[in-house]
Amino acid sequence: MNENTVPELVKRKRRGAFAEVLFRLSKSPLAMFGLAIILLLIFCALFAEVISPYSPIKQDLMHMFETPSAEHWLGTDEFGRDILSRLIFGARVSLQVGFIAVGIALVVGGMLGAISGYYSGWLDNSIMRVMDVLLSIPQTLLAIAIVAALGPSLMNLMIAVGISAVPTYARIVRGSVLSIRSMEFIEAARSVGSSDLRIILRHIIPNSMAPIIVQSTLGVASAILNAAGLSFIGLGIQPPNPEWGAMLSGGRQYIRDFPHMTLYPGLAIMFTILALNFLGDGLRDALDPKLKR
Amino acid sequence: MNDEKYIIVKNLKKYFSTKRGKLHAVDDVSFEIKKGETLGLVGESGCGKSTLGRCLIRLLDSTSGEVLLKNKDNDNYVDITKVNAAEMKALRKRVQIVFQDPYSCLNPRLSVWELIAEPLIVNNIYNNSADMRKRIRELMDTVGLAERLENSYPHELDGGRRQRIGIARSLALNPEFIVLDEPVSALDVCIQAQILNLLNTLQKEFKYTYVFISHNLSVVRHVSDRIAVMYLGQIVELCDYQELFKSPLHPYTQALLSAIPLAKVNVKRERIILEGDVPSPIEPPNACRFAGRCRYACDKCRAGAPELKEHTPGHFVACYRAGELEK
Repeated sequence: MNENTVPELVKRKRRGAFAEVLFRLSKSPLAMFGLAIILLLIFCALFAEVISPYSPIKQDLMHMFETPSAEHWLGTDEFGRDILSRLIFGARVSLQVGFIAVGIALVVGGMLGAISGYYSGWLDNSIMRVMDVLLSIPQTLLAIAIVAALGPSLMNLMIAVGISAVPTYARIVRGSVLSIRSMEFIEAARSVGSSDLRIILRHIIPNSMAPIIVQSTLGVASAILNAAGLSFIGLGIQPPNPEWGAMLSGGRQYIRDFPHMTLYPGLAIMFTILALNFLGDGLRDALDPKLKR
Repeated sequence: MNDEKYIIVKNLKKYFSTKRGKLHAVDDVSFEIKKGETLGLVGESGCGKSTLGRCLIRLLDSTSGEVLLKNKDNDNYVDITKVNAAEMKALRKRVQIVFQDPYSCLNPRLSVWELIAEPLIVNNIYNNSADMRKRIRELMDTVGLAERLENSYPHELDGGRRQRIGIARSLALNPEFIVLDEPVSALDVCIQAQILNLLNTLQKEFKYTYVFISHNLSVVRHVSDRIAVMYLGQIVELCDYQELFKSPLHPYTQALLSAIPLAKVNVKRERIILEGDVPSPIEPPNACRFAGRCRYACDKCRAGAPELKEHTPGHFVACYRAGELEK
């Protein structure tokens, strides 16, 4: 049999755009692993009250610094609080901070970057100079300044972390829009009468997704860490509320004697980030029809 | 063929601002296109052919000048360079373009179906999907794309098929006037012939008016009714295709024609070899653009630019010495 002629004659099956992406995503085991972990975390965050064995904030001074055992699977911290329960409740905060902060950065930065790359000229110049000013301030410092001005709370924390990441996204989106904008198919779209909005949404954004997806998955990770940093200096999540970053820094002083206090929050952050990266890579490939088979 | 003037181009100019000054990409070009004809536009790379083509359908805004397109239902003309955005959107249905590079003119993330549907969706041609499906099938059939390819992506197809998608897209809106911007130069020779024949058949069937841009004289000769030769942003000669090959008047055209390879061994002909390079199109002096390379150039040529004048009926040439040089 000549195998070269066979695939040519087979008509491609028609699927919806979303189903097509899901189908391609399901071909990548790493991406599915990532997706599974993210779904598990979301499940934990949603049903924290039901699945966590203990209260995350109730102190139990008789059982301080316990190493993992049958009662406390991941041990207890310096106030005898169950680490597993705190991790489960912490997932709620950390996921929220990670996704919403990146969402804010992505929407604001993405829009600014797309406008600035597409229209160029004075608009581009003025937007990007403002971004340069923001970039010249260290990201954490900027976040501290914003959250200090707004007052410490979960919402303000997300806004601060989000805004401090805006310039990065604006730059990335602008760069890829610039490279796509000069392609001939943009001109072809214009020649059939497509509006600017349609060209940006339908032609430019889908073709400039790859670097943005990679940056956002990494961005969720750094947003979680950033938020943890802010919580550590007292500007983020207020104790005794559980948050992974805060648990990590809280356990730091006991790391010699009770490493499990830092180990498990650290592992939680690591797996979340790892899962996001796998999912991000898989999504990037699934969204690109060229990389299919 | 009737002789009505379908498109009138008057003093069209397109200058680009560069750091070193104004780049005269298209400089004071005037000509007319008749309904249903194919006007070939030849010239070397960088002479402004594509820019002129894009200005004709306002993919680029021209610096000055007019492009008058005859209205469908009366004898008046509409100036494409001056209409507002809404009117231009309506005009886009009448004027279309086929691009040179079928590899970069198709969005790699859209399937064949979506690519061909785009012009129909953007212009709200159909409000029910069954009609649209029928129309897309019909278009694919017209340009010779098999139905099974409808869910394929451009990168899975060869150059010829991609160019067919490009053609189907430009036909989708039932245009009257199509700018073909080197539609075959990126394709290999046997596919070139297929695409040229397709374009030819389509013109006969739907009475399209073409502007065919190319740097390949043999291709242009094959498809054009009239040919315009461009040099550095200006049209230097414009006439019937047979006339152009039989008795070229402009020294540049003569040099171009003498460079076409002949497949005959014993025929000797004078090869006109041009000295020097094409001068810079940035802030060119007021003189004949070709004077520096022309072996017939005189003081008059260097003192002021010649206009495109009708030398014999239907044969326009921009050269002071056109009459003298005739053999």
